[in-house]
Amino acid sequence: MSGPRRWRRAAVQAACVAVTLFMGVPLYLITLAALSSRESLNRFPLPLLPTDPSTETMSTFLRSTGVTGGFINSLTVGLGTVVLALLVGVPAGYAVARYAFRGKDTYQLFLLLVRALPIVVLSVPLARVFLDTGLYDTTYAVMLIHTALALPTTVLITAAIFVGVSREQEEAAMIFGASAPQAFLRVVAPQALPGIAAAAMFAFMLSWNEVLGATVLTLNQRTLPAQVLTTLSDSPLAYRFAGGLALVLPAVVFIAVMRRYLLNMWGTTLR
Amino acid sequence: MARKRARVPAAVLLIAPSLVVMTALFAWPLLVGIGQAFSGPDGPTTAYLRRMADDPYFWPAVRNTALLVVVLVPLQFAFALTMALLLRERPRFAGAHFFIWVIPLAVSDLAAGLVWLSVFADRGYLNSTLDHLGLDGYAWLSYENTTSMFLTVVVAELWRSTSLVLVIVVAGLQGVPKDYDEAAAVFGATYWQRLRHVVLPQLRPSLQVALILRTILALETFAVAQALTGRNLPLLVGETYQWYNVLQNPNVATAIALVVLAVSMLAAIGYLRLLRDRTVTR
Repeated sequence: MSGPRRWRRAAVQAACVAVTLFMGVPLYLITLAALSSRESLNRFPLPLLPTDPSTETMSTFLRSTGVTGGFINSLTVGLGTVVLALLVGVPAGYAVARYAFRGKDTYQLFLLLVRALPIVVLSVPLARVFLDTGLYDTTYAVMLIHTALALPTTVLITAAIFVGVSREQEEAAMIFGASAPQAFLRVVAPQALPGIAAAAMFAFMLSWNEVLGATVLTLNQRTLPAQVLTTLSDSPLAYRFAGGLALVLPAVVFIAVMRRYLLNMWGTTLR
Repeated sequence: MARKRARVPAAVLLIAPSLVVMTALFAWPLLVGIGQAFSGPDGPTTAYLRRMADDPYFWPAVRNTALLVVVLVPLQFAFALTMALLLRERPRFAGAHFFIWVIPLAVSDLAAGLVWLSVFADRGYLNSTLDHLGLDGYAWLSYENTTSMFLTVVVAELWRSTSLVLVIVVAGLQGVPKDYDEAAAVFGATYWQRLRHVVLPQLRPSLQVALILRTILALETFAVAQALTGRNLPLLVGETYQWYNVLQNPNVATAIALVVLAVSMLAAIGYLRLLRDRTVTR
């Protein structure tokens, strides 16, 4: 009995290591590529170990036209998206969690529809709208479409969080004379804060990663991914690798911070 | 009763801003888009649609996109299920493995394309490894090798987007009580029997959601292929990008975008129909 069992354990371990290699090695390689000198990237075969690490490729990328601006625009758009999505999404999430109202099912279906349909492909007609309203080629334009993208998830996540905050405490505060907004700010908000932070990070990441809408809606105010995408075809490999690492790094940090929340977020929001 | 009635406006007030934002950014461009795609300078026209359909890149893009969905989605579901079941065996370092497996969840499609470009480029890491092993390299991304180009996009997308399915499936598995599984084991069911008749049926809701999401997201694939192959492997959303940014023709770009939207909507409705019918007969 213990023989086959041990084999089974070993096979599971080996399979886990294999999957981890498949998922992890590309991350290692892009880091290696982005931290090699331009000269060593021209060598063939490429060394598979960091023989002479150099920041040359990375610093050349960071100094290229549009990259610093792209960073700043990406940050602006990301933070703006977070603020807008929370401002609009948190009240809605609270309503979904606490109130029974007519049309609630329809509203939730609408959320799912907006979440599921590829609304970024509507960036092209949206560019027309923004051209007419003077919003085209501004960070606000990109913020707006990213907010629309992030909203359904923000509402669903925050709703899941508010369901978890005890209603009795809120009502107790109101009995002792707090108004509804006061009760929300003093009692509910502190308890919901970690979850809201998770929703905020999710919105930021979504905005940081989105490329099609950002490319279509801007000309000069490119976000970082839009800048990398539009200069892709006429830039050397070293630039592309450095751009790849610059885009991947925040993702690793994001997952490291959010690991605890991931399952709750997807588990509760999707059912 | 009076209190309950007073609450209705509060809820409506709270959800109203989100409704306005989503409608403004979804319905409005949709209407403008339909106008853009179907009306020219002198009234309604199908000229843009014809131009789209006559473009030599359009039908290959349709074919590639369809093929990508058909190949990628089943493959990544098998992969994600395997990963989730491996984690369920409680391997050593499960936490560390899971961390690495979900990192791509936050990696953008453009970044994933660039990551795999370092692997598949002519003088990239895969050919370097082959060379170290004394084997000949291969031009994975050459426009002459359509199959290998397609495969590189599948691998990159498998790497990037499987983690979404994984997280949904793992979250779903947490909701499956272990008792059933253990009971089946006590009665002598083999691992495969338990998987087929106990675990998978309970995972069905999670799998359904993941299936709808991933099918629609796979229809949208574009930056991965753009980073790996440029326009050599055309995909539908990539063509929207080309027509808008490079060829500067928003009308045809919108026509293609509407095609993507329509197909996505059909896919969503189709799945919901199919799955609802199943649940009724179950």
